[in-house]
Amino acid sequence: MSLSPFLLVACSFLLLAFLLLIIPVLRSNQKHLIFAGSALMMLSALAAVAAGIWTVSSGAMSRVILPLGLPDLPFHIRLDRLSGFFLVVIGLLSSFVSIYSLGYLKGYLGLRPVTSLVAFSALFLGGMFLVVLADDAFIFLVAWEMMAASSYFLVLFEDERIENRRAAFLYLIVAHVGAISILLSFGVMAGLATDFKGFGGYAFDAMRETALPAGWATTAFLLAFAGFSAKAGVVPLHVWLPEAHPVAPSNVSALMSGVMLKTAIYGIVRVVFDLIGDFPWWWGALVLVFGLVSAVMGVLYALMQHDLKRLLAYHSVENIGIILIGIGLAMIFTSFDMSLLAALALIAGLFHTLNHALFKGLLFMGAGAVLHATHERNMEEMGGLIRFMPWTAALFLAGCVSISALPPFNGFVSEWLTYQAFLLSPSLPSPLLNLLIPLGAALLALTSALAAACFVKAFGVTFLGSRRGRHHGIIHEVDWSMRTGMLLAALSCLGLGVMPTLVIKWMDPLAEELAGGTIAASASGFGWMWLTPIAAERASYSAPIAFLGVLAVVIITYVVLHARPGAIHRVPLWDCGFEKVTDRMQYTATSFAMPLRRIFGYLFSIKENVHHYPPASHPAFPERLHYHLRVRDRFWMWLYQPVVDASFWLSRRIGRMQHGRIQVYLIYSFVTILVLLIFSR
Amino acid sequence: MDTHIASQINSLLAALILLTAFGLVVQRRMNALLHLFAWQGFLLAVSTAIVGYVGGAHDLYISSILTLSMKVVLLPYILHKLIVKLKIHKEVETVVNIPTTMLMGIILVIFSYHLTAPIRELSTLVTRSTLAVALATVMLGFLMMITRKHAVTQIIGFLAMENGLLFAATSATYGMPLVVELGVALDLLIAAFIFGMFFFHISTTFDSLDVDQMARLKEED
Repeated sequence: MSLSPFLLVACSFLLLAFLLLIIPVLRSNQKHLIFAGSALMMLSALAAVAAGIWTVSSGAMSRVILPLGLPDLPFHIRLDRLSGFFLVVIGLLSSFVSIYSLGYLKGYLGLRPVTSLVAFSALFLGGMFLVVLADDAFIFLVAWEMMAASSYFLVLFEDERIENRRAAFLYLIVAHVGAISILLSFGVMAGLATDFKGFGGYAFDAMRETALPAGWATTAFLLAFAGFSAKAGVVPLHVWLPEAHPVAPSNVSALMSGVMLKTAIYGIVRVVFDLIGDFPWWWGALVLVFGLVSAVMGVLYALMQHDLKRLLAYHSVENIGIILIGIGLAMIFTSFDMSLLAALALIAGLFHTLNHALFKGLLFMGAGAVLHATHERNMEEMGGLIRFMPWTAALFLAGCVSISALPPFNGFVSEWLTYQAFLLSPSLPSPLLNLLIPLGAALLALTSALAAACFVKAFGVTFLGSRRGRHHGIIHEVDWSMRTGMLLAALSCLGLGVMPTLVIKWMDPLAEELAGGTIAASASGFGWMWLTPIAAERASYSAPIAFLGVLAVVIITYVVLHARPGAIHRVPLWDCGFEKVTDRMQYTATSFAMPLRRIFGYLFSIKENVHHYPPASHPAFPERLHYHLRVRDRFWMWLYQPVVDASFWLSRRIGRMQHGRIQVYLIYSFVTILVLLIFSR
Repeated sequence: MDTHIASQINSLLAALILLTAFGLVVQRRMNALLHLFAWQGFLLAVSTAIVGYVGGAHDLYISSILTLSMKVVLLPYILHKLIVKLKIHKEVETVVNIPTTMLMGIILVIFSYHLTAPIRELSTLVTRSTLAVALATVMLGFLMMITRKHAVTQIIGFLAMENGLLFAATSATYGMPLVVELGVALDLLIAAFIFGMFFFHISTTFDSLDVDQMARLKEED
């Protein structure tokens, strides 16, 4: 049997299955378990990456019908370019996170067994691979549920804390409401594929061949979009993200935020471009609007957070928004037959998918390293960590630069491509779109600026300044495996940022398949150094030159500063005439975000209290002040609280029927039987 | 045997089964209740055998023997053992007083006749007139379950309902397929064992088999 992408994928699954088999044996020796788990998952992920890269470039499609599943309804597996691309997204980060997990999980040794964590991680990874390989609705939903259920248990890993159980429960509910919506969407498509006469429509092939009537197509799209949005964390279905990501172990939150959300993006692209195929422009406008709202709201909420992992979780909402902006634009351009622009927007969206997986994974790993070292998630208790953890600080900074869309890292390239898709769009035959597209470009610019501000805050408050915390324990840099995992992710971010033309060339056939246009020829029309999508005279960017420029500035600054001894003085801080400067007298996360909180305050529900303790004898001489701030998501009050209240009200009403007396229950069924007998007579 | 005579005998047996069903509703003493239940089973077995003989459906004999062994011998024996072992009061406690229950039972019988009238006109079987009685037996069993406080009497009500169903099956279509009937018989046996264990645990937990006690298991809000 010769080597093929499909064989590699099969190897990847076999490795995971082998891991699951040996877990019971290794359970008694946790050290070996962690090692075996990390190694096997890394190999499995690497095999998937190789298969994905190969498939996207060669375009060889392989399909298999597995003899599993219900009788007469076998599972269909298909590896095509789109699946291949997402295999790369999932596999690349997963392999880095697996290396990182080696060190991270050692932190649990002696505290609690990690058997369940390793087992569910393997299931989770397998589930994600299977989602993108599925070629019928049946196995897709099985894999989708496998992924959702195993990640529920991963969130619940430290289940003695009530916040973890709460977050996991919320996640489970949102995931299942989403899954029902997806199921209904597939049901509509599968039913119409065979005119509700058979079960054959459940295969994606049958759905592809069917041209749905416009009304049903819209229904299917709206259901699928709602379902996948719940998984992706699109505003207003995002509330589970900032709850679940902070409480999960950090390697898990890196995977959940980095790659699990991307399976929802995969689902949207698969359903819209592949299964439905023909759609009106307003679908794209809808996706675009939800993307814009998510991007802006996500970053604004992120700014208000002082829990590092919660902040990152809100940034996932923002970045999913940016990805959806690209995909929404691609949908709009496709429906107007502008295949070049569609390809550009789609590549921008998908490229950002890959980029976000890498830098968000990196950032979560960095936050995990900080958590591992300080046992602290609250940024207000951190500060000055750069002196204790130089590696983590540098790698976290690389992630911050990437996510803030600054050159030469990868975040810049994909966001720049998204701007180009906005800016290059000609006037479209719809006044609404002509209004929406410039507005979208402006909002995207606002988002990027706010994201940069947010990461200045995140990095500055965490790593710079001096330590604010009350607990001055000794902090150690994390071990080699955690550093290696982060380093590889950071290098990938840099590599993708410096070599965007290669990536675009690699992804081009995928865009051609889905959107019908190619941009590689124009994008690298001036050689590999210059990225010139579609119109070289309008926009060009040279990543290598930007990289060298940044590098030169850094080196020159360093040399100038360190050229002669004594150029850097270390002296006591000028205390502005106060008697004593303490570590608490620094910018805090809350104070840094205050101007933005004032400007955008109407978007949040803010409660601010200032108390004097004890009541001052004169207002000019306060002794002690207590400042209390509570920022809440308004969506919780608007959208979720009514649903929660209504379901409690209803269950109390229904609960009154439950008396606990058997005779009463028997009367219920007796009356039911009598009524049925009377009516069916 | 002549079909006409068979039909007459069957009607007589149906009437007796209905009588025992009323007897179950009325009877206050536990031991007499068990005897009545056994008599009902016996009548059912005879009726099934006659229907099998007249209709030429010979697998009904097996069904008849099964009924005889299960409902006349085995289940009453198990319940009797249980009553002795758990020292259950000999008096049956009711929720609704007995004359009212009787009146409700009569209404249910009239209702059953009313309900099965169209089927009686359509059917050509020997047993067509007994369908209403079968339905009435089911409903009386149900009524018994509702109006009794004690768990053992509720089980007898449940088993009486099952008798009614079996009777309905023989009278409407000459019995269910044998496989189904065997399955039902096995289910009943297992149910009896499970009920037995269940009673034992309830009575050790609550010191009583009064099902009202179980209202305490309800979740408070």
